Amino acid sequence: MIAPVVSMVVVALLLWLAVWSVVAHDAFLAVAAFVVYGLLLALVWVRLAGIDVALTEAAIGGGLTGALLLGAVGRLRRTEAALSTEHAGTGTRIAAALLAVGVAGGLMIAVTMLPEQPPTLAPLVVPALPATGVGNPITGVLLAFRALDTLLEAIVLVIALIGVWSFGPDHAWGGRPGPRYSADPNGMLAYLARVLPPLGIVIGIYLFWAGADHPGGKFQSATILAAMWMLVQMAALADTPRTDRNILRAGIVVGPLVFIVVGVFGLWTAGAFLGYPDGWSKPLILLIEMALLPTLVLVLALLMNGPATRKAVP
Amino acid sequence: MSTVLDVFSIVAIMGGAFFYLAGTVGLLRFPDAYTRLHALTKADNLGLALVVVGLLPQMNGILAAAKLILVWLLVMLSSGAVSQLIARSVRRQEPQ
Repeated sequence: MIAPVVSMVVVALLLWLAVWSVVAHDAFLAVAAFVVYGLLLALVWVRLAGIDVALTEAAIGGGLTGALLLGAVGRLRRTEAALSTEHAGTGTRIAAALLAVGVAGGLMIAVTMLPEQPPTLAPLVVPALPATGVGNPITGVLLAFRALDTLLEAIVLVIALIGVWSFGPDHAWGGRPGPRYSADPNGMLAYLARVLPPLGIVIGIYLFWAGADHPGGKFQSATILAAMWMLVQMAALADTPRTDRNILRAGIVVGPLVFIVVGVFGLWTAGAFLGYPDGWSKPLILLIEMALLPTLVLVLALLMNGPATRKAVP
Repeated sequence: MSTVLDVFSIVAIMGGAFFYLAGTVGLLRFPDAYTRLHALTKADNLGLALVVVGLLPQMNGILAAAKLILVWLLVMLSSGAVSQLIARSVRRQEPQ
């Protein structure tokens, strides 16, 4: 009786937040709406029993993307006032409205034309899952049946980081990204940055480890670990890392590299790229996940840091 | 016994919901950032505390209960620290 009402309220709130984050005139308000939208969407995924998706949405959709957008708002602040005085012409507005209506209409038609029984591979996948040795079906699918997607995802992240780095000025290449944060060493932020990371690191590693059999996994874990690192940086307890350090760069590429090596290894042992030989899938999946974790932590945190801006004079 | 616990849960969670409601009203009605923060932290700390206390008897196992308490402690830590930071940044923007 109550459950449908709650669902309706959440859906109405979601739609309202979505509209608000688009029409808000102030970029900061738009991002605030977007973050709340992400958190509410995570609640929706919990109600749909998609705990893995909910965790990812809360961590990446609400948390990390929100933080990235807030950083962008801070950098755009100087140009925002000038931009808000500009108005698009009537023709542009009409064209944009037509395009939006067209896309929305097309989507509506597509949704109504979906078959009642959505096409699914789940009945084929479920009996095959025990062969992977992984209890959590999401992890099993991501690293056994759709391993190529996961590999490309990891590579895309590394390329995105290289893209962000290349926006930095030439003279700062290999230097430290962002400004040096300053904070009261005895202040509240420093206190939080001393108390929270030990707990956060344990929870992050727990989420990683639990990902084999329960909801959780490397992405959610990496977001928490990266957030702990960011906290320490913002409290000025540690500076942002030098981007020319070999150990840092090795950590960034170790995940995709191990993934590719295991994949090529599969050509001989299992007869297919990314195939796992019988009985070896669980340890190999674990090896890949362990290699991907540092990659994800470093890439997520360094994406937040942005391109290198200052280099120590040798 | 279980009825007593259920009643206890309902009363505690309703109490928590009341603090959330009061905190939200305060957030909407109070005049400046400091009083709004004051209202919010009451909702976070007392409201969540009562909800957690109300849920404790419904948990099966010590581990699940301990996790709930950990969530409450973490929220208290973060909301306390964050409201301090917000208050400080508001104070810095005020004309001296």
